[in-house]
Amino acid sequence: MSDADDVPLAQAHPRWHLRVRGLTKSFGAKLVLDKLDLDVERGKVNVIIGASGAGKSVLIKHFMCLLRPDRGSIWVDGTDVFALGTQPLSLFRRKFGLVFQFSALFDSLTVEENCAFPLREHTKKSKAEIKDIVRDRLAALGLDGMQAMYPGSLSGGQRKRVGLARALVLEPEILIFDEPTTGLDPLATRNVDDMILGVMDRYKVTSVVISHDMASVFRIADRIAMLHERQILVAGTVDEIRGSEIPYLYEFIRTSGVAAAGAAP
Amino acid sequence: MNPSPPPRRSFGAEVVTGVGDAFRPVVRLLDRFGDHVILLARSLAWLPRRPFRPANYLEACEYIGVGSLPIVLLVGFFTGAVMGLQAVYAFRQFQLESFAGGTTGKALAVELAPVLSALMVAGRSGAGIATELGTMRITEQIDALESMAVSPLQFLVLPRLIAGMLMAPILSLLFFIVAMVGCYFLAVVVQHVDHGQFVLHTRDLLTTTDVAQGMLKSIVFGLIVTLIGCYQGYNAAGGGRGVGLGTTRAVVFSSVTILISDYFLSDILLRVMSSDTGVR
Ligand SMILES: Nc1ncnc2c1ncn2[C@@H]1O[C@H](COP(=O)(O)OP(=O)(O)OP(=O)(O)O)[C@@H](O)[C@H]1O
Ligand SMILES: [Mg+2]
Repeated sequence: MSDADDVPLAQAHPRWHLRVRGLTKSFGAKLVLDKLDLDVERGKVNVIIGASGAGKSVLIKHFMCLLRPDRGSIWVDGTDVFALGTQPLSLFRRKFGLVFQFSALFDSLTVEENCAFPLREHTKKSKAEIKDIVRDRLAALGLDGMQAMYPGSLSGGQRKRVGLARALVLEPEILIFDEPTTGLDPLATRNVDDMILGVMDRYKVTSVVISHDMASVFRIADRIAMLHERQILVAGTVDEIRGSEIPYLYEFIRTSGVAAAGAAP
Repeated sequence: MNPSPPPRRSFGAEVVTGVGDAFRPVVRLLDRFGDHVILLARSLAWLPRRPFRPANYLEACEYIGVGSLPIVLLVGFFTGAVMGLQAVYAFRQFQLESFAGGTTGKALAVELAPVLSALMVAGRSGAGIATELGTMRITEQIDALESMAVSPLQFLVLPRLIAGMLMAPILSLLFFIVAMVGCYFLAVVVQHVDHGQFVLHTRDLLTTTDVAQGMLKSIVFGLIVTLIGCYQGYNAAGGGRGVGLGTTRAVVFSSVTILISDYFLSDILLRVMSSDTGVR
């Protein structure tokens, strides 16, 4: 049971935007998630940390039903995600923006076409309007002038930013970042962090960020949850996590080189 | 170490396992077949739904049709020529070489044009589809489509299936025409068969029914090639190596399926629309 269960799952909760209950997923014989519970707070940056291969990417792919679980459910504003039929699911997915770990840009489309894709698919905006919106978003991420390039000729950091621009064009309610800063240099990492905070400021979205990088986590997080051994080991506010004495968590933070226990970043 | 003896099992259980083992390949084959049918049905279910995205269909038609055109024409010409050559030599013994065009034409229209052009499409476009979709799968581009509320079946698979069914018969027809040109060239120009006789006997023997049969088969072959290509790509796993394996499988499975289904299709078509000269 979770403290978020004071409101029935089938009803929107004022504080918790997305509630995961008893999520179990295996690939063949390999159990990746086991009866996992998680609450995602509305309008905040919710960070999920955990070792490589812990199942973080698998977990967030369930949020918008890109994967179906063996058991368990996910509730977004009273909607049971896995009970949706084809058409309602398609509508539901537009609430989300997902920035993939490896960007997942369409190779065959230019940067501009990649960002315009969701607009072209789901809005009736004219070509000129779309062009303007895309230029806006790209400029905000420091990518103006790259419209005509193909993803293959971009650096990893640039691809991530294009992926973010694409996820933002439809103004989603929930933004999910799968390791936005992994593989970036410190300055670019800081840039991406600022970008995420900027987005939070501008669009009032709920975001879920997967990250390994504890320095960056403490910079942006409102809440932190740790995925360990197929479950959420611990979840809480940043201060709760910093003060935590759970050995695995403590070790995870300490070895990352960021001072745990209450020290400022 | 002292390995423990295997647990004793009843005769009945042994028989059940034995029979199960023997039929496993068959079961797997049926399983795979079922998976393809499901992919086909789920994709076709998107056909009447908006948005229709004509651009995707055109692109797929271009990829399959225009892309395979040069090789189909090249192979077509030489196939017609070699068939003509063999026919002229065989019939010459009876001074019937002017029949070369008609007999070759029949074989080409009903069998060789649809089968060989489909094999060309399998090698080129089927492999290309498997690689393209496979790459999109492992780089999460297919997940990205889905995350943006776009059905990959509607966006990627369906246009390719439809394009395959449209383009394969056209390619087959072009193959046939070029092959007849090759046959004529070989027989009349090179081997000096009489032009008038050649044309006359070709008109006598070759019927529109033959050509129609060939094109009907082509529609099925076009579907087989694109469906298997899409299946292998859509279900790709295991990185670049997995995509490579999927591509190889796409070509091998579709080639074999074309040749086997050709037999059954021929049998059915000969029954329902046999031309005047068919064996009944
Ligand atoms: N489609 C799949 N088929 C089989 N196994 C999978 C699949 N996707 C993920 N897995 C397995 O699930 C486990 C968790 O993978 P996941 O990608 O979620 O890890 P992660 O926490 O995101 O790690 P990282 O930080 O390295 O991205 C891994 O062991 C992986 O092998
Ligand atoms: Mg991951």
